[in-house]
Amino acid sequence: MIVRLSLGTVVALVLLFMALPILVIVVLSFSSATYLTFPPPAFGLRWYREYFASHEWLAATGLSLSVAACVVVLATVLGTLAALGLARLKPALRTAAAALILSPMIVPVIVVAIGIYYAYSRYGLVGSPVGLVLAQTCLAVPFVVTSVTASLAGFDRRLEQASLSLGATPWGTFRQVTLPLIRPGVLVGALFAFISSFDELIVALFLSGSGAVTLPRRMWDDLRFEIDPTIAAVSTLTVVLTASLLAAAHLLRQRGGRLRTH
Amino acid sequence: MSVVLSIAIPTASRVRRHWNPSPLLLTLPLVLYMLVFYALPVAAMLMRSVSDPNWTLENYRQLAHDTVFFHVFWTTLRTALVVTIGALLLGYPVALALARLPRGPAAVVLVLVLLPFWTSVLVRSYAWMVLLGRHGLVNEALTAAGLIDSPLKLLNTPIAVYIAMIHILLPYMILPIASVLRQIDPALPRAAAGLGSTPFSTFRQVVLPLSMPGVAAGVLLVFVLSLGFYITPMLVGGPHDMLLSMLISQQVELIDWPYASCLSATLLAATLVMLAVFQRLPGVRNVLRVAGR
Repeated sequence: MIVRLSLGTVVALVLLFMALPILVIVVLSFSSATYLTFPPPAFGLRWYREYFASHEWLAATGLSLSVAACVVVLATVLGTLAALGLARLKPALRTAAAALILSPMIVPVIVVAIGIYYAYSRYGLVGSPVGLVLAQTCLAVPFVVTSVTASLAGFDRRLEQASLSLGATPWGTFRQVTLPLIRPGVLVGALFAFISSFDELIVALFLSGSGAVTLPRRMWDDLRFEIDPTIAAVSTLTVVLTASLLAAAHLLRQRGGRLRTH
Repeated sequence: MSVVLSIAIPTASRVRRHWNPSPLLLTLPLVLYMLVFYALPVAAMLMRSVSDPNWTLENYRQLAHDTVFFHVFWTTLRTALVVTIGALLLGYPVALALARLPRGPAAVVLVLVLLPFWTSVLVRSYAWMVLLGRHGLVNEALTAAGLIDSPLKLLNTPIAVYIAMIHILLPYMILPIASVLRQIDPALPRAAAGLGSTPFSTFRQVVLPLSMPGVAAGVLLVFVLSLGFYITPMLVGGPHDMLLSMLISQQVELIDWPYASCLSATLLAATLVMLAVFQRLPGVRNVLRVAGR
């Protein structure tokens, strides 16, 4: 009994340690004070107003959203096709291709970032949103490929063969048979791709220059000089955005699991 | 019967001609994309370490006599080690709770573990800047409790780096351990208890050994990710506790590509060595595959 009680206490303390920092940021974002005093003297929407009134903050948010949208399209199309191909490749080729495609998950991001900076700077891709899209797609692709591959694990290929032998065109088969079955995996991959690009900072630190300042880059620049509570408001907004997208991904994944067990 | 066959056979051959799934053609666009926009750039950058000014290993030879490098490399290893041990000590009990609690409470714990997991590293580092500052929550709380008279210097010290990195990497420790603990047959600890084992010795002699593949996977993930950490040490660390990633970016700013390239190759090699060693441990591959989903 004593063992059990103390285990419960330890777990509660660790969970508090995990949740507290984020809760503090959320509370601070509603503070009325100019300084980061805790607990706040009064509550208000001052820092949210500050954010929505700032041209710079809104421009950075807009750029991050549009870069992430382009990354989602590129990574989802390329990643889904590749996952379908990988599942059917010969084992030796599959291992080699998967090693290349999934390696951004293992290679330290700082190494990827300076490698990309080294090469992209020669082709004028520093300080341009195009460079950011091209680079962040590489970091987003593994999420799509792993997610679609997981949804293919329970996939019965005889369904495609049946569709084809019943006279459907290959495109019709893909659209009406394959895609509906792997759709949850594709959507989850797309959501993760969006978040990975929207939150990405290290590559952006090298590629943003002065012409393509994303939201994380803007936050970073601010944090290096002063800790303004506007960042707490921005952080809270991004936490809410990513948490709701991930909750959506979680629900989709559960639905995908149910579909497959039928 | 023969009619059916005569229809079926041409259809099948037509199918084969048109729907040749050509897996190579499906995979090729992404493989080419990754080569052009990621692998070749990184490879070209790494080549600078042996091709500058001409083909030579001189840059690596210099690294062997470079005291700054050794100091930074040691700090990086020490940080990764402290963070890994800290995450293991804090994470194991949570993983145990995740595996043992009934469905409802376990879901609450899972959300509490995943919430920070889903928050960007930048936001979490910022939170620790706020908490550990001179007038931050931690100092205020300690002063109010009468434990200290003047604020402690926490921010911009190695302690701040350890705390923030442990916080950020904890889920990578908890999730693989919990996934292994959940697969342990509940009959085994019950049998040990039935044979007169105390709860603690059941844990030490039955549960703990069976959970080792999860522990190894968690240790691998946390250690490897710690080696390359950049944002958090830059924000909460001090100027004297430079990590390898910070030295690399500093050299890029100084446009010393051969040195930056050498350091990058060293960091990458350290990561790959860790990966190779740990993947040989029994069961680790399976855990990583499950955790990857």
